[in-house]
Amino acid sequence: MAENLANVLHEQLSEGFPDTHRNNSGEGADRRRVVEGADQELNGQPPSARPSQRLESEEDEDEELTLKYGAKHVIMLFVPVTLCMVVVVATIKSVSFYTQKDGQLIYTPFPEDTETVGQRALNSILNAAIMISVIIVMTLLLVVLYKYRCYKVIHGWLIISSLLLLFFFSFIYLGEVFKTYNVGMDYITLALIIWNFGVVGMICIHWKGPLHLQQAYLIMISALMALVFIKYLPEWTAWLILAVISVYDLVAVLCPKGPLRMLVETAQERNEPIFPALIYSSTMVWLVNMADTDAESRKKPPLNSTMPESQAAPSQSAQGPDDGGFTSDWELRQQETLGHMESSEETRRQVQEMPSARPPAIQSDDSEERGVKLGLGDFIFYSVLVGKASATASGDWNTTLACFVAILIGLCLTLLLLAIFKKALPALPISITFGLVFYFATDNLVRPFMDQLALHQFYI
Amino acid sequence: MTIAVFFGCSFIAFGPAFALFIFTIARDPLRVIILIAGAFFWLLSLLLSSLVWFIAMKASNDKDQQLQRGLLIFGVMFSVLLQEVFRFAYYKLLRKASDGLAALSEDERSHISVQQMAYVAGLGFGIMSGAFSMINILADSLGPGIVGIHGESQYFFLTSAFMTMAVTLLHTFWGVVFFDGCENRRWWVIAVVVALHLLVSGLTFLNPIYEGSLPPAYVILVSMAVWAFFSCGGSLQNIQQFLTCWKNDAGSEVAS
Repeated sequence: MAENLANVLHEQLSEGFPDTHRNNSGEGADRRRVVEGADQELNGQPPSARPSQRLESEEDEDEELTLKYGAKHVIMLFVPVTLCMVVVVATIKSVSFYTQKDGQLIYTPFPEDTETVGQRALNSILNAAIMISVIIVMTLLLVVLYKYRCYKVIHGWLIISSLLLLFFFSFIYLGEVFKTYNVGMDYITLALIIWNFGVVGMICIHWKGPLHLQQAYLIMISALMALVFIKYLPEWTAWLILAVISVYDLVAVLCPKGPLRMLVETAQERNEPIFPALIYSSTMVWLVNMADTDAESRKKPPLNSTMPESQAAPSQSAQGPDDGGFTSDWELRQQETLGHMESSEETRRQVQEMPSARPPAIQSDDSEERGVKLGLGDFIFYSVLVGKASATASGDWNTTLACFVAILIGLCLTLLLLAIFKKALPALPISITFGLVFYFATDNLVRPFMDQLALHQFYI
Repeated sequence: MTIAVFFGCSFIAFGPAFALFIFTIARDPLRVIILIAGAFFWLLSLLLSSLVWFIAMKASNDKDQQLQRGLLIFGVMFSVLLQEVFRFAYYKLLRKASDGLAALSEDERSHISVQQMAYVAGLGFGIMSGAFSMINILADSLGPGIVGIHGESQYFFLTSAFMTMAVTLLHTFWGVVFFDGCENRRWWVIAVVVALHLLVSGLTFLNPIYEGSLPPAYVILVSMAVWAFFSCGGSLQNIQQFLTCWKNDAGSEVAS
């Protein structure tokens, strides 16, 4: 399930534009028409084919706005992705716990410290296969649960997942940081800190909270998940899983019978928001039940109108079943985290890919409102790639930097494609492909070159 | 190798670039994207040139030091040429994108001028080049060790930092001048930029005789700065106006 959600979430990368497309929930029809109109033009239709001057200028304006805000959306995603990666790399470089080999997940049972290279390759392929099948199974399970409206189950799963992540994993993380810096702390203070952190996190993520706080929490949990993956996945398995997940993402999102696509379509049929909580959103997202849209809008506008650009209330308003769907997905993810790490991520990813209902509460055509959404799974896998690069590459910082730039450019290209094609696109394939290519190329080709240059102090 | 060395060298190497980024680029999303794409293009050129060097190195005799040094020099020259080729490719890409943007916008003008794009692209190249040269050295400077214990220069970190700063700013100015040359079809400008880049890289072969590499690099830096300033529309009058306006504003403030 999670995987499906994650995949959907990948698609969810459709912030402004696809959002409006798949967001049939509260978007004003006008706004969608306007956006679609702008998008149409953006599709490269010759400007000469304009019917009337006024329509032209409107469309031009929309297009220009679209392009202008296209760049803005890209930056709105660059910043959180960069932050997540910085947190992961900083942790990997300073806290040695996450680079120690303390066993593997049960989802990757085959060890990688074998005698022959062939055996190691075989083991890693088997590990990746098992992981991917787990992810696929979870995704299908999620789709089935969602289809048969078992919202309570999904909801429960998500809550347990977030509890685990926010309390247990952050406790471990804090413990390891204290160990690294030799800070003594008593259990009472620690309990207070973890309790507050966790409870505020649950509230922000699943209910309402200040937007920046919610974003910060989402980044933190993505980083925590990525660190867990980096720790427990052996090397070759990790790279293989990254590659296979990109392919799976591509397939699941673009194929007509893909689980994510089915999930999205089901959600659209029912006119419900899908798992908004597992998506990082740069503007406030209203998790509003379709039926309650108007009520919500009426309640919220005062906040919105006073702070048009800033984010008043964030999203997650658990409104019964819809919210359940969302949180349960997250839960699913968490569950998977416990046992099935990849699954959880997948779930998250997929959930994130789900289009979330964008409320039309703010009736302005201000593009500021058109925020950008990216699934948490995308954050997690980007961070896994960069973190693994910084953990295992002998070229150290050059490799990390190269992977970082490659992922950002991949994200940029994905958003560009999104703006051109205006349909749900997976966020992983391009970035992960670039990241992998640059990792291996930099580690094997550029590193020796730069080392020799640095040795002789030659500058290119 | 202390924290002081680390911070000092990182600020020397990246201070100007960072300041340029904060004050001129960070606010505009389009410029940030152009910057990162510029960094990406530089990275691509480095990748290809290191591939060529790697193949050449593997195909040759490992033990022959002179040959390896010669191959390295060849690698550096090839890399410089490839960087300029990719700079040209990036110019073409930006031109196309800019034309597209202009065609789509209302008043047929692009939001960002070619000179601005040239500056941002050059800075992207420079930041990436500087980062790749310097980051590993900075990371090492935090750890234990003694600089030049085997008789090499004690000033390794400092000279690296200064050279990195020079190269970063040089890339910025070269970007401006290069794009201007491409815009106005002045091919001799491009040839001069390539030649200067080769010269600066070639001078670093004299390291660790830093007198041979650093001062000339800085002389070239200053002259490139002047050239870039004049090529994108600056003039002595502009400077004068800038200075006198500032003085005038201050004066009027005092008066009122």
